[in-house]
Amino acid sequence: MTAQVATPSPRRPWGLIAASLVAVALAAIPVVHLVVRVVSADPAELAAVFERPRIPMLVGNSVLLATSVTATAVALGVPSAFLLARTRLRWRGLWAVLAALPLAMPSYLAAYGWLAWQPSMKGFWAAWLVLSFVSVPYVTLPVAAALRIGGTGLDDVARTLGRGPLGSFMLGTWPQIRPAVLAGGLLVALYTLSDFGGVALFRFPVLTTAIQQAYSASFSRDEAAVLAVLLVTLALLVVVGEQFARGRAARRIQAAPTAGRRRMTPLGRWAVPGTALLALVPAVAVVVPVAVLVSRVLTAETLREFDPANLASAIGNTVLLSAGGAVVAVALALPIGVLAARHRGRIVRAVESTGYLALGLPGIVVGLSLVFFSLSVVPALYQTALVLAFGYGVLFMPKAIGSIRAATGQVPTSLEDVSRTLGNSRARTWLTVTARLARPGIFAAAMLAAVSAMKELPATLMLRPTGTDTLAVELWQRTDVSAYGAAAPYAVALLLVAAVPAFLLSDARAGREATREAIAPDTRAGREANREVIA
Amino acid sequence: MSRLEVRDLTVGYEGGPVLHAVDVEVPHGELLAIVGPSGCGKTTLLRTIAGLLRAQSGEIRIGHRMVTTHGIHLAPEKRRIGWVPQDAALFPHLTVAENVAFGMLAGRGSSRAARRAAKSDEVRRLLDLVDLGPLANRAPGQLSGGQAQRVALARALAAGPELVLLDEPFGALDPMLRADLRASVRELLRAEGVTGILVTHDQAEALSIADHVAVLRGGEVLQLGTPEEVYQVPATPWVAGFVGDAVFLPGVLHGDEVATSIGRLRAVPVTDAAGLAPADGDDVTVLIRPEELRVRPAGSGAAAEAAPDGAAARAACAALEGIVTDVEYTGHDAMLAVSLADGMRLRARVTASGLVPRGTAVRLAVAGAVLAYRPEPA
Repeated sequence: MTAQVATPSPRRPWGLIAASLVAVALAAIPVVHLVVRVVSADPAELAAVFERPRIPMLVGNSVLLATSVTATAVALGVPSAFLLARTRLRWRGLWAVLAALPLAMPSYLAAYGWLAWQPSMKGFWAAWLVLSFVSVPYVTLPVAAALRIGGTGLDDVARTLGRGPLGSFMLGTWPQIRPAVLAGGLLVALYTLSDFGGVALFRFPVLTTAIQQAYSASFSRDEAAVLAVLLVTLALLVVVGEQFARGRAARRIQAAPTAGRRRMTPLGRWAVPGTALLALVPAVAVVVPVAVLVSRVLTAETLREFDPANLASAIGNTVLLSAGGAVVAVALALPIGVLAARHRGRIVRAVESTGYLALGLPGIVVGLSLVFFSLSVVPALYQTALVLAFGYGVLFMPKAIGSIRAATGQVPTSLEDVSRTLGNSRARTWLTVTARLARPGIFAAAMLAAVSAMKELPATLMLRPTGTDTLAVELWQRTDVSAYGAAAPYAVALLLVAAVPAFLLSDARAGREATREAIAPDTRAGREANREVIA
Repeated sequence: MSRLEVRDLTVGYEGGPVLHAVDVEVPHGELLAIVGPSGCGKTTLLRTIAGLLRAQSGEIRIGHRMVTTHGIHLAPEKRRIGWVPQDAALFPHLTVAENVAFGMLAGRGSSRAARRAAKSDEVRRLLDLVDLGPLANRAPGQLSGGQAQRVALARALAAGPELVLLDEPFGALDPMLRADLRASVRELLRAEGVTGILVTHDQAEALSIADHVAVLRGGEVLQLGTPEEVYQVPATPWVAGFVGDAVFLPGVLHGDEVATSIGRLRAVPVTDAAGLAPADGDDVTVLIRPEELRVRPAGSGAAAEAAPDGAAARAACAALEGIVTDVEYTGHDAMLAVSLADGMRLRARVTASGLVPRGTAVRLAVAGAVLAYRPEPA
């Protein structure tokens, strides 16, 4: 029996390509506009901006923070993943959930929790601590998934050929997880570069905070634009660097059928330190801040200042705006995800990777560029909910692409063939078979975008309609003046509201797995890979 | 009149043509098996007939309708065909009955419509036909591979197709199930009077199930004929080796005999695709099927005396001594490797009663006439 490879359709799907190109163009327009604006600015003014001594310092701080946080997250994430995937760990399921938990925590919320407890925390070390621990799951989850897909067969062969345990790990397992480590590191570096709230709370000056300051002081918007272009350049350098580091090795590993026996290592005397490591990450990123938050909510001072009407309207705004953002993100991602799942070729690859490039766009840059774009091209839309929802769509489209691509790719093309031969047109087949079966994945894409939009801070600060405050904005306005007690209810409300789509997401995931098991009961690897995509 | 006619069909991907000028024909109500090694283009041919791939040139006619001809490509949903893929491809969100019902909706397929139609008598009839009546409400994930294939067949038949296309439908099943399902699929197609095309890489399957066999290699049809024709008079030595075990010997043709290293054998020259037959005095490749070699223990008298076809005298055109060097025992028969005195090794198939142990000295004889081919260009 030969493996059924999805045969590329010999006919170019021009309609789908056109729709994808429109989506990519829509997502790219604001940033392109920003870059053009900077490039075509008066050279003398540009030179003046660059002469300020702050710029090298800001770039240096951003790079320093991104590298140190990435290194820490990899150092903590890879052993965590090994503990979760390859050792005889007690309560593995519980530890796996705890390891993913920091993903639910916006950096500014974690920072806020720590500050409410230790108001003296500030500067590089404080930002490093909170960002590192919050972003560990970006490494742990994909690496654990890669470890579960791969086998230890090569390690075993290496051992029999005379290598030691570490040597055989480097020979057998490391090549299997290297792409996942790089991908996780990429996410952490991008996350750190684009983080605004956490860094701002600890008063560590980096590019994002400087952009926000320059923007608020409305006379230096050119400086904000220059800084934004610098930040985008840094982010693109990280993306390109990761692609370069991954090289051809990644593809070779992915192509090799590595599924096989997995040897589980007994922990022995490493049980205590291992468990401590797995406990430390969620403790620093989630448990401490949430505990502080909850205790603040219950104090008399908080209860006196509490304004239920304002909270309710903030919740309503958050839900509506994030739902709008999710709709835009899915609409932009749908043609690209389907195209990437079903077709191959140079055009398709180019469209898909351009779609993923938005992953490197910091929220503050998208916010700023949409401000400029709407002001100069469609002033009527400036500071409307439409622009904010569109900004969310651009920001979270890459997450939606991954989920839609994975879900569509899981629907066997033979089902479409059967539907066609049974008399159903291409469009009807897509609706009744492909989309029907990919529905949980499309829904997951929307939920993923919605959760991200709810927690988003810098673009929301810039783009929100005047007077329309979301939970994140309310929280931010209160933490800024150190009104920790008053901010607490908004923080708790944000956590609870964001938990709803997260909960639906895990539900959708369960549904999708049921579908997949009906299609192919034994694709454990597929399931794991999918978990990685969702994460 | 034939139900399917494929004329001069050429299909290609970007890398170049996969099928070259293919001609195939299937009479009404009969089953054609397309066999060939991996990558020979057999699945491409099937997908092109289904309309899932586009042809570069050539014609495909289903019944009275031309579905592919120069510049015209009828969409797969308009071809009135049934498609049974290797993985059965049952819709996972529908039950067994709903899957079959989906086939009856003729272009108006939807989950809700399938749910309604699942209760119809026609669905019940089709499920009973494939012996799956009791499993009507199962989810596809709860079926075995063989059951899933039968549901896929029932679904394909539900649409009332003129032609059913089966793409390696038994490929993923274990051998026991395969034989069972094979027989019931053939019976079903006959009972329903549906014309069928089956793609397989298993020559034994093709010979046992089909009314006609097309042997494909490198995108060309090397031979189209009944199973008997293809096995007994293969168009080329390659076809002979593909559809069964074969012993090849070099020889020289002399009239109706051929001179080989094992003596002079009665021979029939075979005309090749270009219309050329080997002439007197030509070098030829001689084909002997292992079951045409009679094996007797050496010194047991005339080799031909016990030839079962009663043509003993005619059969023994040559007789040779050798040693059995290997025995592949399969139960119903056995394949012997026999080393001749000059070092040549031949394979001979014997029934269980003719089995001899390794090391036995034997005498070989060739029953009947052998085929002589023009040597294939290297």
